[in-house]
Amino acid sequence: MRPVLSAEAVPPGGGVLAADAAPNPWFDASYVVDNWNTIMGYLGEHVRLTVGAVLIGSAVALPLALLARRSRFLAGPVLALSTIVYTIPSLAMFAFVFPFTGLSATTVLIGLAAYSLVILVRNFLTGLQGVPDDVREAARGMGYSRLGLFWRIDLPLALPAFMAGLRIATVSTVALTTVGVLVGHGGLGQMIIGGFNANFYRAEIVTGALGCVLLALVADVLLAAVERLVTPWVRVGA
Amino acid sequence: MNGFGDAVVYLNDPLNWTRRSGILDLLGQHLAISGAAVLAALVVAVPVGIALGVTGREAGAVVVLANVSRAVPTLALLTVFAVTPIGFGPRATTIALAVFAVPPIVTNTYVGFRGVDADVREAARGMGMSRRQVVLRVDLPLALPMVMTGVRTAAVQVVATAALAALVAGGGLGRIVALGFGQQDDGQIIAGALLITGLALLTELLLVLVSWAVVPGPRRLPFAAPRRRPAIGPEPTAEGLPL
Repeated sequence: MRPVLSAEAVPPGGGVLAADAAPNPWFDASYVVDNWNTIMGYLGEHVRLTVGAVLIGSAVALPLALLARRSRFLAGPVLALSTIVYTIPSLAMFAFVFPFTGLSATTVLIGLAAYSLVILVRNFLTGLQGVPDDVREAARGMGYSRLGLFWRIDLPLALPAFMAGLRIATVSTVALTTVGVLVGHGGLGQMIIGGFNANFYRAEIVTGALGCVLLALVADVLLAAVERLVTPWVRVGA
Repeated sequence: MNGFGDAVVYLNDPLNWTRRSGILDLLGQHLAISGAAVLAALVVAVPVGIALGVTGREAGAVVVLANVSRAVPTLALLTVFAVTPIGFGPRATTIALAVFAVPPIVTNTYVGFRGVDADVREAARGMGMSRRQVVLRVDLPLALPMVMTGVRTAAVQVVATAALAALVAGGGLGRIVALGFGQQDDGQIIAGALLITGLALLTELLLVLVSWAVVPGPRRLPFAAPRRRPAIGPEPTAEGLPL
């Protein structure tokens, strides 16, 4: 065992090791191994926030899109409002929610759900409007109920657009979750800012950033696989 | 209520605007950083988008660029640039924001130039235009709406993201929000958020007006519905005679 503080510990050349001279690698495998549990904790929060936000967003976006399709007077305001909400910067969005829910993961969840809602409403509406009126007319003539019409006609035909929206919303939400660091619940974003505040510890910053990108790519690939699974008829023609 | 009243008080205090590192100073900083980033991105992205769009090659690369850029968190890029030898501060922020503004402009420019009708191009060549003239006088006017959409998306994104720079000591209006969190002052947090949102919305509005002004063809605001033609018989032709 080496002495922690002794004459031998002084590096050759003498004096104190300057902060700039200390090794500060861009990536350090031993950092990942040593902090595995911490990283997994942040990753878990990141995944929970993303999944929660996209689920809440979808649950609100679908009825809104259905309403907006039914009346043209509603479609305009819904789209205009979604443009405005999407223009709100993420920092401001979390700051607006903060006074109500405080420094909690709920603040981040509400902000993220609002953004994914906006993305999803547009894509859901595009998908629903893409269903030909003739097809719906024919289905109604064949005696489909309202629910049956949605479930058996609208949903399958609009599914590609729905899935495209879900993919975009999920990938954007993964990236946006990092801003939750503002209220202390940014998932992997905690590592990015944590490393910055820990005297620019690059290994931590890069691990957090890479984790976000990988998570987004994995989520995208998974959703693409789901899309293939649930739309088998798309492949037949190709 | 809940800090919104305090925000009004904060915004109503002239000293908060005019003091050093007050709202006006930070606003100037915010605009300078954003403006420089958008300009740098324009210089790089528009020629690349035009080159890719006119030749029509590398479509896959453009799609990949658009998708990957969505997956990279802005905060990560801001932080990574801040810990390079560039050092944290306005310069690192500007570079990171410029990098982020490139993909939307490239993608939209590509799509715009790609979408120009091949027949139109053919006709222009047949009329004796050089390649350069075709690009500048045929492709560009037709692609301009898409290009401007890209610029608007990029600019609004840059203005919004510049606020995040405050988390990594980068300056700009985000400072007010970050300081508010540091001082547990809800009013200041909301005031900062209101300022940032207002700036983003103004940028969007301004660029909608700019695209309306520069795009040739029938002038109409993007949000105003096209006027119905009066339903009195067919349109007269150039000779003034209905067909």
